[in-house]
Amino acid sequence: MSRPNVLLQVAQRGGSLVSFVRKLWQHPQGRLGLILAGWLVLVAILAPILAPYDPYDVTQRAAKGLRPSWQHPLGTTTTTGQDIFSMLIYGSRVSLMIGIGTGVALAFLGALMGVMAGYLGGFVDNLIMRVVDVMLVIPTLPLIIVLTSLLGRSYFVIVLVFVIFGWTGLARVIRSLVLVLKNSNYVKAAELAGASRWYIMTKHILPGTSHLIIMNTALTSAGIMVAEAGLSFLGLGDPTAISWGKMLAEAQGGGALLFGAWWWIIAPGIGIFLSVFSFMRIGIVIEEVFNPRMKASSSIYKLFKHLNNTYLDEVFRSMEEEETLVREPPDRSNAPTPEGCHG
Amino acid sequence: MIRNSPDTGPLLEMENVSVNFPVKGPYPFSKKRWIQAVTNVSLQVSEGETFGIVGESGCGKTTLANAMIGMVRPTAGTVRFQGVDLYSLKPQVFREARREMQMIFQDPFSSLNPRFSVYEIIREPLYIRGQASETAMKAKVLELLKLVGLDEDDMYRYPSDFSGGQRQRIGIARAIILNPRFLVCDEPVSALDVSVHAQILNLLMDIQKSRHLTYVFVSHNLAVVKNICQNMVVMYLGTIMESGSSDAIFANPLHPYTKALLSAVLDIDVTKPRDRILLKGDTPSPIDPPPGCRFWQRCPSAMKGCATIPAKLAEVEPGHPVACHLISGFSPQQVADGLHEPVSPKSGG
Ligand SMILES: Nc1ncnc2c1ncn2[C@@H]1O[C@H](COP(=O)(O)OP(=O)(O)OP(=O)(O)O)[C@@H](O)[C@H]1O
Ligand code: SF4
Ligand SMILES: [Mg+2]
Repeated sequence: MSRPNVLLQVAQRGGSLVSFVRKLWQHPQGRLGLILAGWLVLVAILAPILAPYDPYDVTQRAAKGLRPSWQHPLGTTTTTGQDIFSMLIYGSRVSLMIGIGTGVALAFLGALMGVMAGYLGGFVDNLIMRVVDVMLVIPTLPLIIVLTSLLGRSYFVIVLVFVIFGWTGLARVIRSLVLVLKNSNYVKAAELAGASRWYIMTKHILPGTSHLIIMNTALTSAGIMVAEAGLSFLGLGDPTAISWGKMLAEAQGGGALLFGAWWWIIAPGIGIFLSVFSFMRIGIVIEEVFNPRMKASSSIYKLFKHLNNTYLDEVFRSMEEEETLVREPPDRSNAPTPEGCHG
Repeated sequence: MIRNSPDTGPLLEMENVSVNFPVKGPYPFSKKRWIQAVTNVSLQVSEGETFGIVGESGCGKTTLANAMIGMVRPTAGTVRFQGVDLYSLKPQVFREARREMQMIFQDPFSSLNPRFSVYEIIREPLYIRGQASETAMKAKVLELLKLVGLDEDDMYRYPSDFSGGQRQRIGIARAIILNPRFLVCDEPVSALDVSVHAQILNLLMDIQKSRHLTYVFVSHNLAVVKNICQNMVVMYLGTIMESGSSDAIFANPLHPYTKALLSAVLDIDVTKPRDRILLKGDTPSPIDPPPGCRFWQRCPSAMKGCATIPAKLAEVEPGHPVACHLISGFSPQQVADGLHEPVSPKSGG
């Protein structure tokens, strides 16, 4: 396919973005996800207006460890007297940025590498998979410690490390799926009609892996937010910024539980939960919009079930059903058949 | 592509085509082994006919069909379509040369992308060629939908809404949208419910008649082949056992394998006593097969020389070659060595 053609398609796709969002909106789950995510983003953008206090103000020695009140809806920190509600609002900026940024970058890199390895095969495949093998045995955490001490504790470095070492898992899964897809008969039919590799990759292979990519983006976005909390716990986060993860770390360090200040821990937890929840909803609905007729058997639902093992339950149940089916006939043959009764 | 006039030669010609697939050894660096999926096959398909390929599952029918249309590069041999050697062409020209070949797939469930609507599936070949406008494509798809017996409303539905037979109709519409001359039907009905076999076959035959297509019809159903094919080959483990016009083969099967196949299937005359030839054992593995006749382990009339001496195709009657030592006989020297003696006395079972 020639370049102008591709550009044309991209332009046409862009035009349908509005209708795409509209489809998301029409779906109840999608609407919920969109509203939540939109609200979170709005809070992040409007943080300076919404926050009643300056969350970076660490000089309020008189207001340390206040319990929730009308002045301080979530109280203040025990160590420096920062307003927790304001921190929560400002924290959404860093947390959302890290989560979404890493999730999207990771999905992009993982999908690209996985599809290239699986579809092009041969030398490219070997190269990518050897890199994956090497990456998989390098422990990430010590590396982050080393890199942050070398390059400074900026979130950019942390995101970079997460992306560079996180794409391998996705790439492997996608590669194995691509290997299946590329031998499917519909790809053969397209090749027979003279389709280019680019066409097959973008029209058949990549859409075929979309559920994995979307799922992975939603999951890693969520995971990274939590991981950032972990890093902050270890004192590896950016010391000058406020994030939900860092709030958790500070709550721990400031003895929130000791003082019975549970809201200090719950607040950032709810922030992380809401983002994860909205990403997941949007992910599921995007998958459904892409695959209008795969709803019932939507692969992303299967993945979901896989995650909490209900999928296995279903398999076992169907096995049991089959068993009872096998067992039934002898019983029937002993009992008089309905036809026999009537005839 | 310049069209050759029909009388200059066969539309498709295969000469000594072999296709081997490498198999991974049990440990790294072990000697490479090969699945000999197709071995030394020569055949000719002439314009306008229906050419049958018959054989058991796994004997290499799909691989042979793929080699015909440029989907699998043969390890050896040449494939000529309209007199042009397909595999010597540069990729760009190759794509052009192949534009008149299409395929209908064995499994209608994996041959349609579940993410595409019926319209997108059928118009895809046109779309890839990129010369038709949206309205032209829509009109064409509509025409084909009617031809294959589907509704206009089906255009924007998805494959999961359709039964196997309907999916196969969609596949047929996609295959003929570029007006091909040569259509490979790889067991188009074997994955379908018996009740729709006849409908799909009739549809294919109607299309052939109205569009003057040449069919290669792959099947393991002998009754179907008998009814629709003019010429055919019988394959076993990647090699041709017998070939010729289907009339000649069905009237006078000469190869022991063909005889066994026919005796198993074509027992239409119930008044006659059935004397089925039962083959013992399973099809052996196509990995590194022995040098002799590939059928010797299961052949009811195998002779001592069969395991080691390859059976070459020899014409018994004009246009009816058979690969069997029973037909071609052994050389006097081999007969003197006792190679023509039966391996074990057969009791007809
Ligand atoms: N891409 C491949 N790589 C390795 N082996 C292959 C490949 N394709 C086919 N084979 C092997 O080649 C042999 C012939 O396969 P093929 O699919 O051509 O058989 P077939 O006659 O079409 O069987 P069926 O009736 O089941 O469709 C089989 O043993 C198969 O395992
Ligand atoms: S060559 Fe021998 S083994 Fe092969 S079919 Fe003929 S008789 Fe049987
Ligand atoms: Mg096959």
